[in-house]
Amino acid sequence: MRYLTDRKRAVGMGSAKSGTAHFWAMKVSSVALLILVPLFVLTFGSILGAPYEEVLAYYQRPFPAIVAALTLIVGLEHFQSGAQVLIEDYVHGTAEKISIILVKCLAYGMMATGLFAIAKLAL
Amino acid sequence: MADVNRGNRPLSPHLTIYRPQLTSITSILVRITGNALIVGAFLVIWWLLAASTSPEYFAIADGVIRSWFGKLIMLGSIWALWYHTLGGIRHLIWDNAVGLDLPTAYKLGWALVIGSFVLTVITVIVL
Repeated sequence: MRYLTDRKRAVGMGSAKSGTAHFWAMKVSSVALLILVPLFVLTFGSILGAPYEEVLAYYQRPFPAIVAALTLIVGLEHFQSGAQVLIEDYVHGTAEKISIILVKCLAYGMMATGLFAIAKLAL
Repeated sequence: MADVNRGNRPLSPHLTIYRPQLTSITSILVRITGNALIVGAFLVIWWLLAASTSPEYFAIADGVIRSWFGKLIMLGSIWALWYHTLGGIRHLIWDNAVGLDLPTAYKLGWALVIGSFVLTVITVIVL
């Protein structure tokens, strides 16, 4: 039997820290996506398959462009948050830290690329 | 409880030895679909980038997304999107500490599986 107090046993193990904020951010973005995802499927789905000129004209309209931009922002923000939890569950140590950094780079890189493309199409 | 040895106690069942059930399978599928959606997102963003670049680049990306392989990814992504969305609604319900009893959890599980396929079929027919 080791003479350790509960506090001593917990020190250095790390805590949830910003776990509540993380949970709340996921909840807020998921509710936002409940509205955005059907709108995006409807708008993107109706123009996919159309010729180049029609696609350009379609994304020059405010509604499809704003829906696409918002879906990419909220969707990829939601993704980087969720993918972080996935990595934290299965990968540990240095590989965990590197994987989280890479997945966030991917998410924000894709978000920026998508927003650039939508802005260029719309303007 | 300060001096209890906690290093040698039984642990809760883990994935590898846990008998698969509707509840556990639908749960892991929420995680898989959510993370796999990055592939479809990548394809859609590439298509948007190509459309904003030039007609030639658009022809390449549009050709890929409308090829049989592209269509397979888009179809899978639509199902994953609806499955993950319904799974998210289930989480929002469970967050209120309701529907956690087994009969309701199983009903929600079946609603999730059937609902995702119904929504996928509707999406393919409508669009």
